[in-house]
Amino acid sequence: MHGIVGYGAYIPRNRIKVEEIAKVWGADAPSYKKGLMLEEKSVPSPDQDTITMSVEASKNALRRAKINPADIGAVYVGSESHPYAVKPSGTVLAEAIGATPDVHTADLEFACKAGTEGLFLVLGLVKAGEIKYGLAVGADTSQGAPGDALEYSAAAGAAAFIVGKENVLAETIETYSYTTDMPDFWRREYQYYPRHGGRFTGEPAYFKHIIGAAKGLMAKAKIKPIDLNYVIFHQPNGKFPLRVGEILGFRKEQILPGWLVSKLGNTYSGSSPLGLTATLDISKPGDMIMIVSYGSGAGSDGFIFKVTRRIQEARDLAPKTRDFLDKNKNYLEYGVYAKFRGKIRKAE
Amino acid sequence: MPTPSRAWREFPQRYRLEAGKCKKCGAVSFPPRLVCPVCGWREFTKTKLAENGKVLTYTIIRVPPHQFADQAPYAVAIVELSDGVKVTGQVVDCDFDKIKIGLRVKFEFRKMYSEGEAGVIYYGYKFVPA
Amino acid sequence: MREVAVIGVGMTKWGELWEKSLRQIFVETALLALEDAGVGRIDSMYIGSMSPGLFIGQEHIASLLADYLGKTPIPAVRVESACASGGLALRQGFIEVASGLSDIVLVGGVEKMTDVDGSEATYTLGTAADQEYESFHGITFPGLYALIARAHMARYGTTREQLAMVAVKNHDNGSMNPLAQYPFKITVDAVLNSVLVADPLRVLDCSPITDGAAVVILSSLSTARKLKKPLIKIAGSGHATDTIALSSRKDITWLESTFQAAQKAYKMAGKKPKNIDLVEVHDCFTIAEICVTEALGFFDIGKGGEAVQKGLTSLKGKIPVNSSGGLKAKGHPVGATGVAQVIEIVKQLRGEAGQRQVKKARVGMTQNMGGSGGSALVHIFERI
Repeated sequence: MHGIVGYGAYIPRNRIKVEEIAKVWGADAPSYKKGLMLEEKSVPSPDQDTITMSVEASKNALRRAKINPADIGAVYVGSESHPYAVKPSGTVLAEAIGATPDVHTADLEFACKAGTEGLFLVLGLVKAGEIKYGLAVGADTSQGAPGDALEYSAAAGAAAFIVGKENVLAETIETYSYTTDMPDFWRREYQYYPRHGGRFTGEPAYFKHIIGAAKGLMAKAKIKPIDLNYVIFHQPNGKFPLRVGEILGFRKEQILPGWLVSKLGNTYSGSSPLGLTATLDISKPGDMIMIVSYGSGAGSDGFIFKVTRRIQEARDLAPKTRDFLDKNKNYLEYGVYAKFRGKIRKAE
Repeated sequence: MPTPSRAWREFPQRYRLEAGKCKKCGAVSFPPRLVCPVCGWREFTKTKLAENGKVLTYTIIRVPPHQFADQAPYAVAIVELSDGVKVTGQVVDCDFDKIKIGLRVKFEFRKMYSEGEAGVIYYGYKFVPA
Repeated sequence: MREVAVIGVGMTKWGELWEKSLRQIFVETALLALEDAGVGRIDSMYIGSMSPGLFIGQEHIASLLADYLGKTPIPAVRVESACASGGLALRQGFIEVASGLSDIVLVGGVEKMTDVDGSEATYTLGTAADQEYESFHGITFPGLYALIARAHMARYGTTREQLAMVAVKNHDNGSMNPLAQYPFKITVDAVLNSVLVADPLRVLDCSPITDGAAVVILSSLSTARKLKKPLIKIAGSGHATDTIALSSRKDITWLESTFQAAQKAYKMAGKKPKNIDLVEVHDCFTIAEICVTEALGFFDIGKGGEAVQKGLTSLKGKIPVNSSGGLKAKGHPVGATGVAQVIEIVKQLRGEAGQRQVKKARVGMTQNMGGSGGSALVHIFERI
């Protein structure tokens, strides 16, 4: 048996409401709230980035895993907002948790799917017996261009998973990936903000890949939607994951425990992984959970996990995802948000 | 521009809160030392600081040095950890009027400052309400 | 050990001296001191300066200043102990004369602080704190003393108004000192409504950024007797250290280095706090004066704030503190401060302090402190 032995979340406390952004750009807030089902999003403080959130999420995962960090043989950080263009995030993380030097480390980038990529890799390494434990993190402090539709959703958060063969709290049943080349969203080298293909990011991109991955995964595992207790899909806005779930034949109750986006925004590499941590927080032994990510460019990673009895003792060993989401919030005005996100031109 | 070596050699303390525990009297030194300030002994075991503590005293820095200009105003406290060690650090994620002597806090990993837009980013610990 | 006297003092007007360089400020001041002493020859010089390297990019200033004073090839030494550099220069000069190695020694302090902007000056002063475990976290000097103030207020009930009264009293005294940077009075209200720097300290709790120098000439007592001037001898000298990181101390509100230095100075001079007629203390921030007067033994622990409020530290009080105006009104060119304190005591003991003269002053004390109390120097002077 191999699977997740520990998981952890981290979300910054700052929030900005859709109305606050819309007010600045003269946009129609109700249409964003209704059309995209977005209410507010998380915002990192100036002293938070992908690395700091990865460390905190990983420490929470370690609290649940109760393992010696020196036994972690691989550390992967998936993000499209690594603080350095050249110099790994993963080394800081590995050093901070005490996994160095006997460890393989890599930074991953694949738009919003870099987090599940790390999970895919460590599951393979653990299953093959190459490492005892692997740590996979999805984290982002993504930027949407001021006034762009993405500004209403681009948020900050991190989720971390420790994978191993002993004391798993969620066993891996099946994995599957679905990938094509797809210029739906990109950011060129040296560019500060990403560009996207508007409605082209929908049907041929998000929907095609998630549906392809989910169907392929369920076929490979020989299960039907009714066999799954919970499902998590990538959450670029509120509407897409609900719509894709409906197309695939899932009920809302299967989706909503991991559907965080209306109050969180799109945390990119952390998006579906945070959906998984939130779902694990409320799951019971025997529950079957499917997660399907989506990263522009484009691809989807799919996983089916079966929750074990260990979830009962593990889940309370670290803060829950909804605690980060609902407690100690600090609402920002657009000016402070702009300052925090480096959107104000200052003197050299 | 300083080379990153100076910060790098402090990573065990700043990233993992490594401290030295005197093999003779048990006093914990942070950062680790070669000579125990309590008993003068020179052998230590590696240990980690307690993760929780309480604010002994605090201030709000409103006139910062240049590296911290973007962060001001910010709170700095001396925190007494549950193992008795006292540490200086920023208190973040807490409204200023909620910071009080005795406030329970815990460590969190944060960005301290960076050498401009192109330089090294320095990470370390700050405190958040526990 | 020979007895040592202060035979000459020199100080020019302090402030933002835009037209003057460090070497110019120093030489002008040194010439005044030599003139006051009435001697032409000096055997060596000690210069206290905290950070000419960061303030003006100039190290090696002892030789530079010896050269510009026209005194090469005499030995010249720069000493550094943060804001206590001047007090340390005095002690080194005292030791050299007392040892018999030199007979006449020039002791100076100088700092040129306005050639960098405010944030660079804040940074430079911050280098007196533990760079890796205090400054790395964004603490500043006002911040460190604010940490002390908050703890002192919480433990002993020291009030915000009492802190303000320190500044008001020192400005009252400073208004009578024509060389002071800010020779005017202020009110408690003005302090309480001034801009916050590091809560609870406001800008009028803080000593200013100052350019300035101070110079005294020391000699053996036997040489001093030949000069036919009032004889002021250095009766006691004490120097002590403490952790420079405030958080490493057992008690954040207690200045152990000042206490230890004072004990040594009292012992050498054969004096007790009640024998001291007036004292110049290191009021870099208002809270510092309160803590220092406790550590020097003038008031019980925790009673320093109350003492100010009762007027015990004013010119006509039980123990006049900072008759010069202190660092607060006179200014604080860090390296010069410890020497300027000596000048005030010498003027008072000579009876040359004008409007701010303390009556019947015969024994005076100086207390100079580095960082948040990581070093301290205490000297006792006596008119004989």
